[in-house]
Amino acid sequence: MSGMEENEGGTDKVKRFMFLNRKAPYGTIYALESLEVVLIGAAFDQNVSMVFVDDGVYQLKKGQQTKDIGQKNFSPTYRALEDYDIEKLYVEQESLEARGLTADDLLVPVEVLPSAALGALMEEQDVVLSF
Amino acid sequence: MKFGILVNEGPYQHQASDSAYQFVVAALAKGHEIYRVFFYNDGVNNANRLVEPPQDDRNITQQWSKLAADHGIDLVVCVAAALRRGIKEEILAPGFRISGLGQLVEAGIKADRLVVFGD
Repeated sequence: MSGMEENEGGTDKVKRFMFLNRKAPYGTIYALESLEVVLIGAAFDQNVSMVFVDDGVYQLKKGQQTKDIGQKNFSPTYRALEDYDIEKLYVEQESLEARGLTADDLLVPVEVLPSAALGALMEEQDVVLSF
Repeated sequence: MKFGILVNEGPYQHQASDSAYQFVVAALAKGHEIYRVFFYNDGVNNANRLVEPPQDDRNITQQWSKLAADHGIDLVVCVAAALRRGIKEEILAPGFRISGLGQLVEAGIKADRLVVFGD
Protein backbone atom coordinates (compact mmCIF):
# COMPACT_ATOMS: atom_id res chain seq x y z
CA MET A 1 0.00 0.00 0.00
CA SER A 2 2.41 2.67 -1.16
CA GLY A 3 -0.19 5.41 -0.80
CA MET A 4 -0.30 4.88 2.94
CA GLU A 5 3.40 5.38 3.35
CA GLU A 6 3.29 8.51 1.24
CA ASN A 7 0.75 10.03 3.59
CA GLU A 8 2.47 9.14 6.82
CA GLY A 9 4.08 12.13 8.39
CA GLY A 10 2.43 14.36 5.78
CA THR A 11 0.99 17.73 6.65
CA ASP A 12 -2.39 17.38 4.92
CA LYS A 13 -5.30 18.50 7.00
CA VAL A 14 -7.62 15.82 8.30
CA LYS A 15 -10.59 15.51 5.99
CA ARG A 16 -14.15 14.43 6.66
CA PHE A 17 -14.84 11.21 4.78
CA MET A 18 -18.38 9.88 4.58
CA PHE A 19 -19.09 6.37 3.33
CA LEU A 20 -22.63 6.23 2.03
CA ASN A 21 -23.97 2.66 1.96
CA ARG A 22 -27.12 2.19 -0.09
CA LYS A 23 -27.29 -1.51 -0.96
CA ALA A 24 -28.34 -4.71 0.82
CA PRO A 25 -25.42 -6.71 2.27
CA TYR A 26 -25.83 -9.60 -0.14
CA GLY A 27 -27.06 -9.66 -3.73
CA THR A 28 -24.27 -7.33 -4.80
CA ILE A 29 -20.73 -6.84 -3.54
CA TYR A 30 -21.04 -3.11 -2.81
CA ALA A 31 -21.49 -3.49 0.97
CA LEU A 32 -18.49 -5.78 1.40
CA GLU A 33 -16.18 -3.75 -0.82
CA SER A 34 -17.29 -0.51 0.85
CA LEU A 35 -16.33 -1.99 4.19
CA GLU A 36 -12.92 -2.90 2.78
CA VAL A 37 -12.29 0.74 1.87
CA VAL A 38 -13.43 1.87 5.31
CA LEU A 39 -11.01 -0.50 7.05
CA ILE A 40 -8.06 0.54 4.86
CA GLY A 41 -9.05 4.17 5.17
CA ALA A 42 -8.94 3.93 8.97
CA ALA A 43 -5.13 3.75 8.77
CA PHE A 44 -5.06 7.28 7.34
CA ASP A 45 -6.42 8.88 10.51
CA GLN A 46 -9.13 10.83 8.78
CA ASN A 47 -12.49 11.88 10.23
CA VAL A 48 -14.63 8.97 9.02
CA SER A 49 -18.37 8.45 9.22
CA MET A 50 -20.61 5.79 7.76
CA VAL A 51 -24.18 6.31 6.64
CA PHE A 52 -26.73 3.62 5.89
CA VAL A 53 -29.71 4.47 3.69
CA ASP A 54 -32.23 2.59 1.53
CA ASP A 55 -31.54 -1.17 1.59
CA GLY A 56 -28.13 -0.27 3.04
CA VAL A 57 -29.78 -0.35 6.49
CA TYR A 58 -29.95 -4.15 6.14
CA GLN A 59 -26.14 -4.24 6.32
CA LEU A 60 -26.45 -3.63 10.06
CA LYS A 61 -29.34 -6.04 10.71
CA LYS A 62 -28.83 -8.44 13.60
CA GLY A 63 -28.97 -12.19 13.04
CA GLN A 64 -27.63 -12.45 9.50
CA GLN A 65 -27.31 -16.09 8.37
CA THR A 66 -25.58 -16.63 5.06
CA LYS A 67 -24.71 -20.31 5.12
CA ASP A 68 -27.44 -21.29 2.68
CA ILE A 69 -26.34 -18.73 0.06
CA GLY A 70 -22.73 -19.91 0.28
CA GLN A 71 -21.38 -16.50 1.23
CA LYS A 72 -19.38 -15.27 4.16
CA ASN A 73 -21.32 -13.45 6.86
CA PHE A 74 -19.23 -10.32 7.18
CA SER A 75 -21.65 -8.50 9.49
CA PRO A 76 -19.51 -9.10 12.64
CA THR A 77 -16.99 -6.71 11.05
CA TYR A 78 -19.34 -3.79 11.75
CA ARG A 79 -18.95 -4.53 15.45
CA ALA A 80 -15.17 -4.30 15.09
CA LEU A 81 -15.30 -0.79 13.56
CA GLU A 82 -15.01 0.69 17.05
CA ASP A 83 -11.51 -0.81 17.30
CA TYR A 84 -10.60 1.16 14.19
CA ASP A 85 -11.89 4.36 15.82
CA ILE A 86 -14.82 4.48 13.45
CA GLU A 87 -17.64 5.40 15.77
CA LYS A 88 -19.81 7.72 13.74
CA LEU A 89 -22.52 5.49 12.28
CA TYR A 90 -25.68 7.13 11.00
CA VAL A 91 -28.84 5.42 9.79
CA GLU A 92 -31.59 7.17 7.90
CA GLN A 93 -34.83 7.13 9.86
CA GLU A 94 -37.09 6.95 6.79
CA SER A 95 -35.22 3.93 5.42
CA LEU A 96 -35.54 2.08 8.74
CA GLU A 97 -39.23 2.87 9.07
CA ALA A 98 -40.03 1.89 5.49
CA ARG A 99 -38.59 -1.55 6.27
CA GLY A 100 -40.31 -1.99 9.64
CA LEU A 101 -37.01 -1.77 11.52
CA THR A 102 -35.85 0.15 14.58
CA ALA A 103 -32.41 0.81 16.03
CA ASP A 104 -32.97 -2.25 18.29
CA ASP A 105 -32.78 -4.48 15.21
CA LEU A 106 -29.24 -3.35 14.47
CA LEU A 107 -25.90 -4.94 15.40
CA VAL A 108 -24.22 -1.79 16.64
CA PRO A 109 -25.21 1.46 18.31
CA VAL A 110 -26.08 4.04 15.68
CA GLU A 111 -27.49 7.52 15.46
CA VAL A 112 -30.82 7.52 13.65
CA LEU A 113 -31.34 10.74 11.70
CA PRO A 114 -34.09 11.98 9.41
CA SER A 115 -33.20 12.49 5.76
CA ALA A 116 -32.92 16.28 6.03
CA ALA A 117 -30.42 16.05 8.90
CA LEU A 118 -28.36 13.54 6.93
CA GLY A 119 -28.37 15.93 4.00
CA ALA A 120 -26.99 18.66 6.23
CA LEU A 121 -24.31 16.29 7.51
CA MET A 122 -23.40 15.35 3.95
CA GLU A 123 -23.01 19.03 3.13
CA GLU A 124 -20.28 19.29 5.80
CA GLN A 125 -18.13 16.51 4.30
CA ASP A 126 -14.97 16.89 2.24
CA VAL A 127 -15.34 13.50 0.57
CA VAL A 128 -18.47 11.39 0.09
CA LEU A 129 -17.92 7.86 -1.20
CA SER A 130 -21.14 6.27 -2.33
CA PHE A 131 -21.56 2.51 -2.60
CA MET B 1 -9.17 22.51 -9.38
CA LYS B 2 -7.60 19.15 -8.65
CA PHE B 3 -10.00 16.24 -9.14
CA GLY B 4 -9.88 12.65 -7.96
CA ILE B 5 -12.13 10.24 -9.84
CA LEU B 6 -13.61 6.95 -8.65
CA VAL B 7 -15.07 4.53 -11.22
CA ASN B 8 -17.15 1.77 -9.64
CA GLU B 9 -18.70 0.04 -12.65
CA GLY B 10 -17.31 -1.96 -15.53
CA PRO B 11 -17.45 -0.92 -19.19
CA TYR B 12 -20.63 -1.13 -21.33
CA GLN B 13 -23.03 -2.60 -18.72
CA HIS B 14 -23.20 0.78 -16.99
CA GLN B 15 -22.58 4.29 -18.31
CA ALA B 16 -20.42 5.14 -15.28
CA SER B 17 -17.08 4.63 -17.02
CA ASP B 18 -18.18 6.61 -20.10
CA SER B 19 -19.42 9.45 -17.90
CA ALA B 20 -16.20 9.44 -15.89
CA TYR B 21 -14.16 9.55 -19.10
CA GLN B 22 -16.24 12.42 -20.50
CA PHE B 23 -15.95 14.27 -17.21
CA VAL B 24 -12.16 13.91 -17.23
CA VAL B 25 -11.91 15.10 -20.86
CA ALA B 26 -14.11 18.11 -20.09
CA ALA B 27 -12.20 18.93 -16.89
CA LEU B 28 -8.85 18.81 -18.70
CA ALA B 29 -10.23 21.03 -21.47
CA LYS B 30 -11.12 23.61 -18.81
CA GLY B 31 -7.58 23.50 -17.44
CA HIS B 32 -8.30 21.42 -14.34
CA GLU B 33 -5.95 18.79 -13.02
CA ILE B 34 -6.81 15.11 -12.61
CA TYR B 35 -4.92 13.78 -9.60
CA ARG B 36 -5.87 10.16 -10.20
CA VAL B 37 -8.58 7.89 -11.58
CA PHE B 38 -9.21 4.94 -9.28
CA PHE B 39 -11.05 1.83 -10.49
CA TYR B 40 -12.95 -0.18 -7.89
CA ASN B 41 -15.76 -2.75 -7.69
CA ASP B 42 -16.50 -3.98 -11.24
CA GLY B 43 -14.74 -0.80 -12.39
CA VAL B 44 -11.51 -2.82 -12.45
CA ASN B 45 -12.80 -4.45 -15.66
CA ASN B 46 -12.14 -1.17 -17.48
CA ALA B 47 -8.45 -2.08 -17.35
CA ASN B 48 -8.83 -5.35 -19.26
CA ARG B 49 -6.89 -5.04 -22.51
CA LEU B 50 -8.69 -8.10 -23.91
CA VAL B 51 -12.00 -6.28 -24.33
CA GLU B 52 -13.05 -6.22 -27.97
CA PRO B 53 -16.27 -4.33 -28.68
CA PRO B 54 -17.85 -4.30 -32.18
CA GLN B 55 -15.96 -2.03 -34.58
CA ASP B 56 -18.66 0.64 -34.70
CA ASP B 57 -18.61 1.03 -30.93
CA ARG B 58 -16.20 2.93 -28.68
CA ASN B 59 -13.41 0.97 -27.03
CA ILE B 60 -13.70 2.19 -23.46
CA THR B 61 -10.44 0.62 -22.28
CA GLN B 62 -8.48 2.11 -25.18
CA GLN B 63 -10.04 5.51 -24.53
CA TRP B 64 -8.68 5.42 -20.97
CA SER B 65 -5.27 4.22 -22.18
CA LYS B 66 -5.06 7.05 -24.72
CA LEU B 67 -6.02 9.57 -22.07
CA ALA B 68 -3.24 8.28 -19.83
CA ALA B 69 -0.73 8.49 -22.70
CA ASP B 70 -1.80 11.96 -23.86
CA HIS B 71 -2.18 13.62 -20.46
CA GLY B 72 -0.18 11.47 -18.06
CA ILE B 73 -3.28 10.57 -16.05
CA ASP B 74 -2.67 8.10 -13.23
CA LEU B 75 -5.05 5.15 -13.74
CA VAL B 76 -5.04 2.92 -10.67
CA VAL B 77 -6.83 -0.42 -10.34
CA CYS B 78 -7.57 -1.79 -6.86
CA VAL B 79 -5.56 -4.98 -6.34
CA ALA B 80 -8.08 -6.77 -4.12
CA ALA B 81 -11.04 -6.00 -6.39
CA ALA B 82 -8.94 -6.87 -9.47
CA LEU B 83 -7.77 -10.27 -8.21
CA ARG B 84 -11.34 -11.17 -7.30
CA ARG B 85 -12.29 -10.58 -10.93
CA GLY B 86 -9.24 -12.07 -12.66
CA ILE B 87 -7.72 -8.73 -13.64
CA LYS B 88 -3.99 -9.27 -13.44
CA GLU B 89 -0.82 -7.55 -14.59
CA GLU B 90 -0.64 -9.70 -17.75
CA ILE B 91 -3.97 -8.45 -19.11
CA LEU B 92 -3.64 -4.84 -17.99
CA ALA B 93 -4.10 -2.27 -20.76
CA PRO B 94 -1.37 0.40 -21.23
CA GLY B 95 -1.48 3.26 -18.77
CA PHE B 96 -3.15 1.30 -15.97
CA ARG B 97 -1.36 0.14 -12.83
CA ILE B 98 -2.47 -2.12 -9.99
CA SER B 99 -2.17 -0.84 -6.43
CA GLY B 100 -3.95 -0.78 -3.09
CA LEU B 101 -7.05 0.90 -1.73
CA GLY B 102 -4.78 3.34 0.05
CA GLN B 103 -4.43 5.07 -3.32
CA LEU B 104 -8.16 5.83 -3.29
CA VAL B 105 -8.11 7.29 0.21
CA GLU B 106 -5.01 9.26 -0.69
CA ALA B 107 -6.81 10.68 -3.74
CA GLY B 108 -9.61 11.78 -1.40
CA ILE B 109 -7.06 13.52 0.80
CA LYS B 110 -4.96 15.15 -1.93
CA ALA B 111 -7.64 16.17 -4.44
CA ASP B 112 -9.91 19.18 -3.96
CA ARG B 113 -12.88 17.06 -5.01
CA LEU B 114 -13.39 13.32 -5.36
CA VAL B 115 -16.11 12.53 -7.87
CA VAL B 116 -17.71 9.08 -7.78
CA PHE B 117 -19.10 7.41 -10.91
CA GLY B 118 -21.16 4.33 -10.14
CA ASP B 119 -24.59 2.72 -10.27
